[in-house]
Amino acid sequence: MKTIRNTLAAAIALPIAISATSAQADVLFWSTQAKPVQEQQAMREQVLASIDGVDYQANDGGPWITRLNAELEAGSGAIGVLGALHGDYAAMDPADLVDLDDLGVTSNSSTFNSLAMLGTDNTKYIPWMQASYIMAANKEALQYLPEDADINALSYDELIQWAANVHEATGEAKFGFPAGPKGLKHRFFQGYLYPSFTDGVVRTFASDKAVAAWEKFLELWEHTNPASTNFSFLQEQLLNGDAWIAFDHTSRLAQAFNERPDDFVAFPAPAGPEGRGFMPVLAGVAIPRTAPDMDASKELVKHLMKPETQLATLKATNFFPVVDVNLPADLPPAVKAAGDAVAKMSSSADANPGLLPAGLGSKGGDFSKVYSDTFERIVLAGQDIRTVLNDQKGKLSAIMQETGAPCWAPDAPSEGACPVE
Amino acid sequence: MNANRLPYLLILPVTLFLCLFFLYPFIQVASQAFTGSDGFSLSNFENVFSDWKFPISLKNTLLLAAAVVPVQLGLALLMATMVNRMQKGRDLVLYVWTIPLGISDLAAGIIWLAIFEQSGFLNSMMQGLGFIDRPTTLLSYKNMGLVFLAIALAEIWRATAIMLVILVAGIGLIPKEYYEAAEVFGASPWKRFLRITLPLLRPSLQTALVLRVILAFEIFAVVAALGGTLFPVLMGETYAYQFERLNSGGAAAIALVILGISIAFTLVILRILRVPKGAQI
Repeated sequence: MKTIRNTLAAAIALPIAISATSAQADVLFWSTQAKPVQEQQAMREQVLASIDGVDYQANDGGPWITRLNAELEAGSGAIGVLGALHGDYAAMDPADLVDLDDLGVTSNSSTFNSLAMLGTDNTKYIPWMQASYIMAANKEALQYLPEDADINALSYDELIQWAANVHEATGEAKFGFPAGPKGLKHRFFQGYLYPSFTDGVVRTFASDKAVAAWEKFLELWEHTNPASTNFSFLQEQLLNGDAWIAFDHTSRLAQAFNERPDDFVAFPAPAGPEGRGFMPVLAGVAIPRTAPDMDASKELVKHLMKPETQLATLKATNFFPVVDVNLPADLPPAVKAAGDAVAKMSSSADANPGLLPAGLGSKGGDFSKVYSDTFERIVLAGQDIRTVLNDQKGKLSAIMQETGAPCWAPDAPSEGACPVE
Repeated sequence: MNANRLPYLLILPVTLFLCLFFLYPFIQVASQAFTGSDGFSLSNFENVFSDWKFPISLKNTLLLAAAVVPVQLGLALLMATMVNRMQKGRDLVLYVWTIPLGISDLAAGIIWLAIFEQSGFLNSMMQGLGFIDRPTTLLSYKNMGLVFLAIALAEIWRATAIMLVILVAGIGLIPKEYYEAAEVFGASPWKRFLRITLPLLRPSLQTALVLRVILAFEIFAVVAALGGTLFPVLMGETYAYQFERLNSGGAAAIALVILGISIAFTLVILRILRVPKGAQI
């Protein structure tokens, strides 16, 4: 009897012991990025294979922040390293992130490095990888490109004409826009439409130029696939033919280029009267103050910033390095296409680069909601542009006043909170 | 063991479980909803009610429940009486009918999306049969009626079975003698259904309706899959407040609104379908 009990006890204790040791050895890398299953697998097998004891777990933003907050509130946790977008960190209390100044690794962009301080005097996260939003088109659409329009230097008018030509020729509206529940439409308005037409995002929110911008967008919407309100990853619609011309995040177009590289082209976003607005996407790695093994966490962050790891990350996630690396020739088609388009966009004569919203803290979601609500009211509900802008302006102004966030490019700098003019 | 205490002892684990995982979070959510930046306040509710999407999502949720639940009730009654009369293969039919119950609501939404989307089955079929020249976009802001219909269809397909199961069990409890007596007096099948099945089914109808109506107010994943951003519902707004805007107070406030509506409707159903003490079997 006694032996049986002992065996039983051992049998019960064994898995507990195993899980306890593995929990101690593995650094939990808790990420909102590289979430699709293939990307997670690539992260584990290519990016993190050369460092021992890392448990890579990618999650939606909701579960990600919920678990993190629970660990922070409890004062102890299992998460070793965080991987998330700049906006995710901006919504957190900077005091919950360990200072990383003494780590000796930074990105090659001083803008990114200063964003990573989150308004404090210390580095709160290390810029990890970057991306942007570009346009992509099915090659079949190229024949309808307006005469003497250069696909690498399109204006909004030419884009609309192009989409209209396709609409007329095929009988279907084939411009694809990520207006679905998980789509990144608000980034288009904040980083592309507003800067291109008003040379601002916040100050010019309800200006006459903004009215003109929305009128232009309505023209484009005429030729936009009406099912766009269900589109969140335009690679799907490019591949199944529901969209021939599309705007989206580089990594949300990647699958189309990787699966059928000869069928699609990538090109810069269009330009408006105030230039060619565009905006970066910045992901960073950070260490929460509750990390169980600080040294192991810091080792992982250093590993991620090595040039060879950054290259592996590029192949795994289609996010570009933030340190100086020599790009090899054998890159996946999506990386080549997106890299070229981004390079053309940033080096164009009329480039009007915007920065990521900063200083909004936990109001980042509300800030984006102002823009998506404006879109839904003007475009989907058909409300009057001027009325909607004046109405939404109050909400935007309240957010800026409450957070005291100063203006960021392309808005002119402000003393104190960025005013909505 | 004292026989009087045994029942309490037996329900103790469930009670503890519910207190820990339901009552405690519920109290937290309720207090969160009424907590502003400085102590007690109604600011979360003001914030939620002043949002332009709130009246729309409230209207959509109620409309959807009003359209879906009666159809489901009728269908479930019909199916339950049919199953009840079957001699052979009763279990097989019941299993097949309850298959949708085993599918998660998001998966159900995606199945119906595969039917209705632009390159979906419905379009390819109509094109193949020559009714249309090219696939058309069915689920768009231009066809709000169709979006509503698709969501309602998916809900009916997915969740009728839960009522069916309850009603089948309820019908099984009705003593056969009533039917035999009615037959002796020459009552038609329709009369028997109206005068015997329906009145004696009240307790089951109550349960089925309460469950179904509460679930109808919590509809989320099917709408998210089929309607995208087009068709805001209360639960979707709760999700948006919590996870997109990271505003837990607002999310808690809408959650309480949903709870309030659910309680109100539950009370109404309990009242309408109450079984008088003397009439219980």
